[in-house]
Amino acid sequence: MKVLLKGLTKVFPSRKKGGADTVAVDRFNFEIPDGKLVGLLGPSGCGKSTTLYMISGLQKPTSGKVFFGDDDVTELPAEKRGVGLVFQNYALYPHLTVQQNILFPLENLKGKDKLSKEEMLRRAAEAAKLVQIDQLMERKPSELSGGQQQRVAIARALVKMPRVLLLDEPLSNLDARLRLQTREEIRRIQKKTGITTIFVTHDQEEAMSISDCIVVMKAGVVHQTGRPQEVYDDPINLFVAKFLGNPPINIFSGRVQGGKLLLGDDAVLSLSGVADGAVIVGVRPEGFIPDEAGGLCCSMVNVEVMGRDITVVSTHPAFQGAAIRSIIASDAGVRREQETVRFRLKPEKVLLFHPETEERIRFQAE
Amino acid sequence: MEYKSKKGWLYLLPACLFLGIFMVYPLIDVFIYSVEEEFNFASQTYSGVGSFNFSYVLHDPYFLQALKNTFILVIITVPVSTGLALLISLALSSIRKLKNLFQTVFFLPYVTNTLAVGLVFMILFKKTPYSDGLVNLLLGAFGMTPVDFIDGPYWAKMFVLCFYTVWIVMPFKILILTSALASVNETYYNAARVDGTPKLRIFTRITLPMISPSIFYLIITGFIGAFKAYSDAVALFGVNLNNAQMNTIVGYVYDMLYGSSGGYPSYASAAAIILFSIVLTITCINLLVSKKHVHYV
Repeated sequence: MKVLLKGLTKVFPSRKKGGADTVAVDRFNFEIPDGKLVGLLGPSGCGKSTTLYMISGLQKPTSGKVFFGDDDVTELPAEKRGVGLVFQNYALYPHLTVQQNILFPLENLKGKDKLSKEEMLRRAAEAAKLVQIDQLMERKPSELSGGQQQRVAIARALVKMPRVLLLDEPLSNLDARLRLQTREEIRRIQKKTGITTIFVTHDQEEAMSISDCIVVMKAGVVHQTGRPQEVYDDPINLFVAKFLGNPPINIFSGRVQGGKLLLGDDAVLSLSGVADGAVIVGVRPEGFIPDEAGGLCCSMVNVEVMGRDITVVSTHPAFQGAAIRSIIASDAGVRREQETVRFRLKPEKVLLFHPETEERIRFQAE
Repeated sequence: MEYKSKKGWLYLLPACLFLGIFMVYPLIDVFIYSVEEEFNFASQTYSGVGSFNFSYVLHDPYFLQALKNTFILVIITVPVSTGLALLISLALSSIRKLKNLFQTVFFLPYVTNTLAVGLVFMILFKKTPYSDGLVNLLLGAFGMTPVDFIDGPYWAKMFVLCFYTVWIVMPFKILILTSALASVNETYYNAARVDGTPKLRIFTRITLPMISPSIFYLIITGFIGAFKAYSDAVALFGVNLNNAQMNTIVGYVYDMLYGSSGGYPSYASAAAIILFSIVLTITCINLLVSKKHVHYV
């Protein structure tokens, strides 16, 4: 099922009289192709959960429309939309067993959709098997681990065969190891069922690793959409560049002068297509190449050994922030004892932004 | 370890002392009184140990009347007051406007003196040479014959007593239930809505189980409170409850001790022990039933 959002807007009126209204989501336009896994990504409070709730029908948009396929479902209440929703805290009914929880949505079906008891049990068993909790059917939610509860919640959302599956911060309540496991699991289940799935997260790594497509939001506004790698390589503005990537992008204040990019006094790149003047320079951690003849001269702070790679922590006068983190191969010969370290920059890992608008400035390297 | 555990007991001593003097000792004493036959209060002597006091109490028509009254009171008021309180709490939690006002109004009886309320009820229900009482005026307006609720037929008096008891115990129940309803996490309702659950099913399958511990608490304390009813009857019908056929078990115990026909601590103790065993039995049954229907999360 294709999901289409047209000018979706949600305004929460101010509690106080005369206070400013809160625009949680501002004219959200997006088409989610059938059978894809889409990650809504943004810092907390950016309106991503509100968007999800508007798709589910739990919240009504102030203006704009939601389409499932060709059906306009904007006015349809949540119970008639046929969505499966997994809540951040899972919302498993604590007094019911796993099986009763999974059966719950099926028991609500009425009229021509009504199922026989055997059919319900069969479908519940099927859903449980899909998420690999068929051994736990008689347990109560409190007797399950976080990851197992998560799976039960997904099974409950899947059992009624929803048109769209929505996941609200599905991994935020899990510990680091389970998070890795569960996100693979979500990916596997989504691929197997082929249900259009939208999930909300503030963790860029999570969104990048499993989504077919990510939507980066901030303060209710969609900044960029696209395949994770595309958005990472080609962010349209400083916010998106900073939000994606771990370790984060290194931001310098620089200057373009006569076809040269200057960081402080260091000329690091020759380029064309950019007018002279101040720019914000972002360099991805993997964009640094240690080179004795390199243009960027940094003061060494520390070398963190990670095994395959090392992280060189250094400082530079033009750097905004505490320390530059660059990831380089461990055999590059950079040692902790060095006082300075010189880098050459990979042009494709260098991003320029306008100092005021923070929009991306494209350039040709020479 | 040995020394430490002794020190622990030292800390417990004040509590144990007071509980011992004011709870354990009287309990044991009541039991002793109840088995001492022909106890003489003046000389503090008795003729033997046996079950005569119990058999006397159980054959006393006043006690049987009190027992009947108490049971009727319990059976009517506990379910009615809990059910009504649940309905009102549900209504309260589903409105926004005037919620605080209504909460205050419903809570008022709780902070009002029992006897003062009793007087108000007298005005509402009592028939005097000058007036039939407010309720009778209303009944008359609908073309019904006035009834003397305070000195009239048994059922009318019982009705007033039950009405009064329900009214007086409701505020506390409403308070407990509204807070229980408010503590149910909103996402359960959202989850149920997304799954297309009908309203009634949400109530029976989600709301009720979620607040079942509070309901159970109210039922247990409701039973115990209703079995111990006394002041309500006095407030409505005065101190001579035996004459009014409106006595309760606790009233009987009081009369046996201090009433005009009083001075029989043995009979009073026997009646108290009987009350205790009834309450104990009912509470045990409640606990057994609750195992299946109450969900502690």
